[in-house]
Amino acid sequence: MGILEVKGVNKRFGGLQALGNVNLSVKENTVHAIIGPNGAGKSTLLNCLVGKLIPDTGSVMFDGQSVLGRAPYEINQMGISRVFQTPEIFGDLTVMENMMIPCFAKRDGAFELNAITSIPSQKDVVEKAEAMLVDMKMIDKRDMHAAAMSRGDKRRLEIGMCLSQEPRLLLLDEPTAGMARADTNNTIDLLKQIKEDRDITIAIIEHDMHVVFSLADRITVLAQGTPLVEDDPQNIKGNPKVREAYLGESA
Amino acid sequence: MLGLDKRDATLLIIVTLLTMFAPFILNPFPEGSAMAQFNAGYPDLMQRFVIFGIFAVGFNILFGLTGYLSFGHAAFLGVGSYSAVWMFKLLSMNVVPAIILAVIVSGLFALVIGYVSLRRSGIYFSILTLAFAQMSFALAYSVLTPITNGETGLQVYNDDPQYLMGPDSPTVTNLFGLEMRSTYTLDMGPWSFDFNAGYYMCALFMLAAVYLSIRIFRSPFGLMLKAVKSNQQRMNFTGLNTRPYTLAAFVISGMYAGLAGGLMASMDPLAGAERMQWTASGEVVLMTILGGAGTLIGPILGAGFIKYFENIFSKINDSVLHQWFAFMPDGLEDFMVFIIHPFIGKGWHLTLGILFMLVVIFLPGGLVEGGQRIAAWLRSKTPGAKDETTKSTEPAE
Repeated sequence: MGILEVKGVNKRFGGLQALGNVNLSVKENTVHAIIGPNGAGKSTLLNCLVGKLIPDTGSVMFDGQSVLGRAPYEINQMGISRVFQTPEIFGDLTVMENMMIPCFAKRDGAFELNAITSIPSQKDVVEKAEAMLVDMKMIDKRDMHAAAMSRGDKRRLEIGMCLSQEPRLLLLDEPTAGMARADTNNTIDLLKQIKEDRDITIAIIEHDMHVVFSLADRITVLAQGTPLVEDDPQNIKGNPKVREAYLGESA
Repeated sequence: MLGLDKRDATLLIIVTLLTMFAPFILNPFPEGSAMAQFNAGYPDLMQRFVIFGIFAVGFNILFGLTGYLSFGHAAFLGVGSYSAVWMFKLLSMNVVPAIILAVIVSGLFALVIGYVSLRRSGIYFSILTLAFAQMSFALAYSVLTPITNGETGLQVYNDDPQYLMGPDSPTVTNLFGLEMRSTYTLDMGPWSFDFNAGYYMCALFMLAAVYLSIRIFRSPFGLMLKAVKSNQQRMNFTGLNTRPYTLAAFVISGMYAGLAGGLMASMDPLAGAERMQWTASGEVVLMTILGGAGTLIGPILGAGFIKYFENIFSKINDSVLHQWFAFMPDGLEDFMVFIIHPFIGKGWHLTLGILFMLVVIFLPGGLVEGGQRIAAWLRSKTPGAKDETTKSTEPAE
């Protein structure tokens, strides 16, 4: 039994069958990659996991509890954090403020009317956020506006924000999309580090095979909304079905 | 000091000094001089400065922090006024119960309107609040006449019950006997300064309102409100429910508006439906943007600026202009008066509109940004000057 169990999920947008009978099981403390050509339904699947979309049929269970019908913030409080394809951070706020928000969310829950206390007096949150900034090697950018940082730094900040919530499952949607090679390698190293240091399960959607094969313990290949193969990385490389899905029949 | 850091404490002290010495600051010109009409230090106008300051500071908690632009905030001001006048009619002319009820009723009213309106964001939210406010205005004007006294406006009559009224209780609004209208006039040579009880009560309320607003800005709650403005998607995926945050901000700012409405009625025990009209809602939006939305001091500056224009510029008429330009040859004098005429008197809206456009285009951060730019320019002019000395003159945030 995996920590995340997806069973028989279907999702239709008008005439388009975006997901057709998807089954997926993600084992605890592994890195599970979901790959597939454009339009394979990877992002739709991810959106179904975090409450952004509701599947037409099927079930999505996280740690024995259904996530369907719950609001994104409730699913997050259950222990699923998501990193977006384009980094979603609080661009108008400073790096430190960005990092404190998930720390408050972890400590106080979905809503808390903390209107009179001053932020510096919340020592536990301040220390936790600072420690995470040190971990992410961005403590020197503490007071910078988040929007002013490079793509790679924004990505690192977003991952750090997700980690400070101590999630049990981290979902990454193409974490290296649009990144320069150096930034990509930094991100891979960071994710490897996270995998080593923490008890965390990671599900990753990725185009870049270099990233996938450096990180994944298990790979699911999705094509036209249906899982094609699920196997270990070394077996996926040589699989003829996978080649066909990526390159077309003529290849 | 008071749980504020040094910068915020300095700001609060400056605001305190300005409000406490306002009767001097606003009356710089001697009585009877040509410039005397630019004096703004009479009780009625000073009261309006601080009351609209409270209104704008509250509006800024919603608009400045969360970015939700309410176009119906005057409804809460009106509800506050009506509640206060009802307290005068039913209990006595003491302002304390009136102000308390005004804040409570407008808070409840904001809870209902906010609960519905906050289901949408952006322009749809603005339209919903506008619709609610116009509905309130129309109801107050017609259907709810038994409660609001329709177009005459709600006021205190001799045959009102006033259950707590003793035989020698004051018949004008008062704070445990201190009459709101009582004014001490200090004459110093050609100058005269008015110290009005009502003004000082409103000023104390405004200082409390500003203090609370600073605390909210610097709290975890304030941080969450800024996060709502910055990125709601990330908030939702960080396990935070945005709805109660925005609703709390909406109710708090509605209560500020109710306080302002209650104080208005306490200065002059009248309440009319026109206080809820959309032009009044638009005015507080203008004040906040003109002063600098999202800044601590901006809304107060904006409120003062607009109220000054409304009351001072509108009083200048053609005969005053002729006086000013009397030194010119006749033809030129008439020409100058002809040119300036549309911008003064009833045309003060035109002047204000032009100024508003200039501020929005060239100073998107409002008057506060203007102050910051001047401070930065002064600093570059005097390279020897220490940063610390110029900082104190710069409006914080």
